[in-house]
Amino acid sequence: MREGYAAVMPANAYNWVAVWRRNFLAWRKVALASVLGNLADPMTNLFGLGFGLGIIVGLIDGTSYIAFLAGGMVATSAMTAATFETMYAAFARMRAQRTWEAILCTQLTLGDIVLGELAWAATKAVLAGTAIAVVAATLGYAAWASILYSIPAIAITGFVFASLAMVVVSLAPSYDYFVFYQTLVVTPMVFLCGAVFPVSQMPSAFQRVAGLLPLAHSVDLIRPVMLGLPAGGIGLHIGALCMYAVLPFFLSIALFRRRLMR
Amino acid sequence: MSTVAIDLTCVRKSYGDKIVVNGLSFAVASGECFGLLGPNGAGKSTIARMVLGMVAPDTGKMTVLGEPVPARARLARARIGVVPQFDNLELEFTVRENLLVFGRYFNMSAREVEAVVPELLEFARLESKADARVAELSGGMKRRLTLARALINDPHLLVMDEPTTGLDPHARHLIWERLRLLLARGKTILLTTHFMEEAERLCDRLCVLEAGRKIAEGEPRALIDEQIGCQVIEIYGGNPHELSSLIRPYARHIEVSGETLFCYAPDPEQVLVQLRGRAGLRLLQRPANLEDVFLRLTGREMER
Repeated sequence: MREGYAAVMPANAYNWVAVWRRNFLAWRKVALASVLGNLADPMTNLFGLGFGLGIIVGLIDGTSYIAFLAGGMVATSAMTAATFETMYAAFARMRAQRTWEAILCTQLTLGDIVLGELAWAATKAVLAGTAIAVVAATLGYAAWASILYSIPAIAITGFVFASLAMVVVSLAPSYDYFVFYQTLVVTPMVFLCGAVFPVSQMPSAFQRVAGLLPLAHSVDLIRPVMLGLPAGGIGLHIGALCMYAVLPFFLSIALFRRRLMR
Repeated sequence: MSTVAIDLTCVRKSYGDKIVVNGLSFAVASGECFGLLGPNGAGKSTIARMVLGMVAPDTGKMTVLGEPVPARARLARARIGVVPQFDNLELEFTVRENLLVFGRYFNMSAREVEAVVPELLEFARLESKADARVAELSGGMKRRLTLARALINDPHLLVMDEPTTGLDPHARHLIWERLRLLLARGKTILLTTHFMEEAERLCDRLCVLEAGRKIAEGEPRALIDEQIGCQVIEIYGGNPHELSSLIRPYARHIEVSGETLFCYAPDPEQVLVQLRGRAGLRLLQRPANLEDVFLRLTGREMER
């Protein structure tokens, strides 16, 4: 049995690149629509909440509300981009388009495919998150250099949420089930994890829950960088995010093996 | 490389209570075309997937191109080309892009792929379609592209799951011709099919399957001679039971399947004499084929 699982793990450190490049080629053909689609939602949130609520809220921790919100929206858009790319696009490649089936006939393994898909979803998360950061910097809510520093955090956020969504994909019988993950996990996280208001506003029990959620660690990494503030507990945040990226990755491979290779 | 391309020993696979592959053993020699023949649900596709390491057997031993499968199936797959039952080409990509992307899955560089693309396009007769989107191709062209794609890594072994199902006769003959060319070049082919004609035309040897069990194995001609060994008269119309008692003395064997009566007759003339003058009968005399073998062995026709 153990031998069976070993055979489906990533075969080496570079096989996944072929899968990433396949997705990149497909994306290039529809890039403009894809980028606009990924940007519209977080932009609406940033300006709608930022300017609208910003008037009522005033300053948070000494910065304007919209500047506070910018870091949260960068993390949120990275989360959303990676989640949706994995749930809908990767699911389609696994099922309707039979792309995975074709790849499994080559010398790539299931693990290579999953890793390539995660890397691709993380790439899209970097595009989406960085675009929001660029808008924020253009409007003067963040320093330009801070974008560069926040990219690694955005990328790991993308990996985390692609990895989590991959577990959902490996279990979901059809598209209809994704809405549960979206409404019961992803959306509540936006509000629990300090993306739109400080975690300290919540009752302490909720704060403890937030401390366990991956988006909170992303926000705590990205926001201070964008605001030019000192960040605390970087090691803890990175460690937690790595766990959230790696464990679901292996879990999803094991689940896909049961699903696709029986 | 060893001269045995595929070796299965006592392979068994079941899903719940349903036994899909039941103690199957066979060996495919390098350079031969080996057919897995049987009706839908006989376990052909499961066996093809097992050979590729995509399905692990419950018990039994498998070796493919010298590698134990499924444990080291990846290394075997590096030297295998696969034509799946259902096309899984990239519809939004061009023909050339499909080959490029697939070549990368075998760690081929763009230059290496470019070097073999013209030859593959010529082989698939798709030279004029290199930059056409796959979605615009006909069913036969897609099938030929799938075949070309399967050759991108210059495989020793081709695994083909129902390669011509759903094609019109013209497209099917073109594929058969291409496959014979590959055999002439020394490739080994494992072919699953429920087309008797396909199996007869292409396969050096074949294994007839029913419900996951091997019911016969051998060269197509030898199987036909051994199991039937005479002419066949198909009789349509009339009451099969009445007719069968009439001609039984002159027949080696009689099968009734649906409305058709199959009469295996060493001396067909004598049977025809008996039936002469009967109204409403349609008769067809022909040499025996694998369809008859299957009917003989299982007592029923292949489902189409």
